Amino acid sequence: MKLYEMSATELSLLQVRGEVSAVEITRSFLDRIEEVEPSVNAFITLSPTAAMETAVGVDKRRHRGDKLHPLAGVPVAVKDNLCTNNMLTTCASKVLDNFIPPYSATVVTALHEAGMPLLGKTNMDEFAMGSSTENSAFQVTRNPWDTERVPGGSSGGSAAAVAAGMAPLALGSDTGGSVRQPASFCGVLGLRPTYGRVSRYGLIAFASSLDQVGPLALNAHDCALILNLISGHDPLDSTSLPEPVPDFSDDLELDPSSLRIGLIRENLSEQFDPEVRASVLKCVELFEKNGALVEQVSLPHTDYGLGAYYLIAPSEASSNLGRYDGVRYGFNAGGSDLETLFSKTRGEGFGAEVKRRIMIGTYALSAGYFDAYYLKAMKVRTLIRRDYMTAFEKYDLLVGAASPTPAFKIGEKTDDPLQMYLCDVCNITDSLAGVPSLSVPVGLHSGGLPIGMQMTASPFREGILLKAAAYLEEAGFYRPLRPQPGLAEEGGL
Amino acid sequence: MQYETVIGLEIHLELQTLSKLFCGCSTTFGNEPNTNCCPVCLGLPGSLPVFNRRAIELAVMAALTLNSEVQRKSRFDRKNYFYPDLPKAYQISQYDQPLARGGYLEIEVDSQPRTIRLERVHLEEEAGKLIHSGESIFDSDYSLVDYNRAGIPLLEIVTEPNIFSGREARLFLENLRLLLLYSGVSDCKMEEGSLRCDANISLRPAGSKTLGTKTEVKNINSFRAVELALNYEAQRQEAILASGGEISQVTCHWDEESKITIPLRGKEGSSDYRYFPEPDLLPLVLDQAFIENLAANLPEAPLKRIERLCKDYGLSASEALLFTENRELGDFFEAAALLYKDSSNLARWIQGDLLYQLRQLNVGIETVKPGLLVDLLQLLDSGEINRPVAKEVLAEMVGSGAAPTDVVREKNLGRIASKENLLPLVEQVAAENPEAVEKIRAGEDKVLAFLVGKVMGLTGGRADPAAVNRYFRELIKK
Repeated sequence: MKLYEMSATELSLLQVRGEVSAVEITRSFLDRIEEVEPSVNAFITLSPTAAMETAVGVDKRRHRGDKLHPLAGVPVAVKDNLCTNNMLTTCASKVLDNFIPPYSATVVTALHEAGMPLLGKTNMDEFAMGSSTENSAFQVTRNPWDTERVPGGSSGGSAAAVAAGMAPLALGSDTGGSVRQPASFCGVLGLRPTYGRVSRYGLIAFASSLDQVGPLALNAHDCALILNLISGHDPLDSTSLPEPVPDFSDDLELDPSSLRIGLIRENLSEQFDPEVRASVLKCVELFEKNGALVEQVSLPHTDYGLGAYYLIAPSEASSNLGRYDGVRYGFNAGGSDLETLFSKTRGEGFGAEVKRRIMIGTYALSAGYFDAYYLKAMKVRTLIRRDYMTAFEKYDLLVGAASPTPAFKIGEKTDDPLQMYLCDVCNITDSLAGVPSLSVPVGLHSGGLPIGMQMTASPFREGILLKAAAYLEEAGFYRPLRPQPGLAEEGGL
Repeated sequence: MQYETVIGLEIHLELQTLSKLFCGCSTTFGNEPNTNCCPVCLGLPGSLPVFNRRAIELAVMAALTLNSEVQRKSRFDRKNYFYPDLPKAYQISQYDQPLARGGYLEIEVDSQPRTIRLERVHLEEEAGKLIHSGESIFDSDYSLVDYNRAGIPLLEIVTEPNIFSGREARLFLENLRLLLLYSGVSDCKMEEGSLRCDANISLRPAGSKTLGTKTEVKNINSFRAVELALNYEAQRQEAILASGGEISQVTCHWDEESKITIPLRGKEGSSDYRYFPEPDLLPLVLDQAFIENLAANLPEAPLKRIERLCKDYGLSASEALLFTENRELGDFFEAAALLYKDSSNLARWIQGDLLYQLRQLNVGIETVKPGLLVDLLQLLDSGEINRPVAKEVLAEMVGSGAAPTDVVREKNLGRIASKENLLPLVEQVAAENPEAVEKIRAGEDKVLAFLVGKVMGLTGGRADPAAVNRYFRELIKK
């Protein structure tokens, strides 16, 4: 088995046992990137030199006998909307195509301090707005399982990088499914933590009340290790919560007989791909066979979720993205007066989808429309949160599909924004409720594409999600075969 | 027709915190442009605001001082608009859930008490500062922007439209300044822009209850200008109404040079700021104990203090005002006055020589113990030292904190009065200045002061001048 095929946990153990160095590991991933990146396009920026420097430092410290973080020497890829000190951070937008932040996001600092070599910054939909990573101003990322297909989005670059063995772990961000949906398309785990569990400081804002940084990983234990690292109160983020952080990797044993599962009717809709439904139901049966309580549950306000989300998120975005005016940093289109500078910079700097959402949001917040749109959407959000809290009185896990279908073809939905928005239909209500949610791979579609199941728990119970994932892993539900994007063009995986 | 002027004021003041409202950057005025900045106050992508507790304390103190009802829960909102001095393209402010509601301030207008009612008090962040190469951003070749000011905590105080003249407006503002200066909330410098005032003004037929169409007057840079600008604007409106015209709702610019208000050109609709709750901050929830604690520690109302200082110590109005505006100095005075009964003399020394020494050494009043100044004055009163020596001892005392009696002893500064010490000096000076001695003999008595001065010089100011005077007379008579 090659190093780049191994999980973060395996790579950690090999280093602890002294069998392999951080430099060798990092080299292996950099070589893998060189080999498959041309057919995947997962990265906007690569940072091989910095990664090797970190690896050399980790090896030195290990040699000296320093106590190291379990993830020391385990490389990582980071979505390009997380600020990295002195390193290009673009949000996949022309408006930030020259932006080099003078500081790092709190989570990036945590990775760095743990000694994780940063391989590079991954591609995404511009400002995290999209479900296919096709909205990047720079490149289209391809799904390693089938390079004619999208990796999902907006954290498509991070999901594809982990799936293709270009990084054992990656960070993405999830506003309305942007970690979970690409994870399901690429056959990896994608976790959206409880809102407030992970610091947003240095995460370039899309919709502040919904944005949350989340990991993409190959298995539950890897996911637990990196969640340990990035969780916890950050004095720089007033919305990060002071809740104590347990060691998520400490105990991943699940007793299925004590588990109560609610099967979300809306997320297993008749209209979904039948194979997706079947795969999810098979997993649930496994839990049930081993003693779990399984019942159908309905979250009655789910139908309004998509509408509420597409008012709240664009409203916040219209305000968050106001600062890109060409005055202080980033793209500047020039202009002889202020209004020309503003309108040209923003007109040329933003892509179509970003502009669409800015317009929707500006409209929804305007005097005379605010009550009917923004305020109404916030009320729906409260009702949705209430639906969840009611359901969690009876169930530990709420389960459904992570996406109605497996990965779709590149270009298939780019002309129809509404079809694209519907991709997130399974993910959005969790985001509105602020609850933790995990997408796990649960099998392969007959077309050879991964299928994801989404599990949701009450606030701060990321632990139960990871336990359930570990249980499925033990039972052999995943991970399926690793894709081989280098060979995809020849027709095989 | 008789018209009545109706004015409402919107006051902004910078709170006197060491750091900004949402980050740790310094609020120091006058630093090199763009040096008091960080990712947060520059609004760099990904940065987030975090409350400055001190700013909230000061804002609550201001609200309490103004009898405004502090809300247990208030909320911050984003006010969205594009301008280069606004780094995030929104200002974090408070919209429909302000920090405090209502309130009033009692003032005296022509010896009549008046109550000016307030609508609200809220907290927001300051914008940066634009420096134009021309007159304004529209006719400049270039404009520069300094973000040192961006993010400084700003308190907005809105009055109800119940001020009825420019003079009332000025008196209200002067009282407000004194109150908030005294409670340490803000340094309230209108000229430096730490206190700014915009006014809404309209006219209505006397006795009418409805409000007329208002104009907004901006760019008022001094207390005097408040009165002038509003009186001018009221006259301008009256002239229009009297000639049968209609007031259009415009923003006027007060021109300090020509002393007139100039309606700004260009369209003036009400801007749509698309306010919505700031998702990066949690609602501000103040517990009762926090508010009560601040209320309990609020300083005495300044007008009461002025009155008391005049009555209890017989101070002049200007002395009482000084000891109120400069609260620490006033506290020092009161502490010393407990030990020293000639309070006028004490006040004179404090506002004269002591304040001079503090400024010379660039130190605060807290470096001086009231008891030591009293010791010094007692040495002077009892004739143990001379006045010039007292000033020297004061300088030493302020600089090193040494007790005046020690300074006098160690430096041997006590008064010299004995004949055996002074007579030889008197004889020496007389011998060296025979012409002066002749003049005195010829009846030019004022020359004696010249000789006495010589002896004072020889003794470093320590000689008892009355004694020296006597010895010279005795000597010259012979």
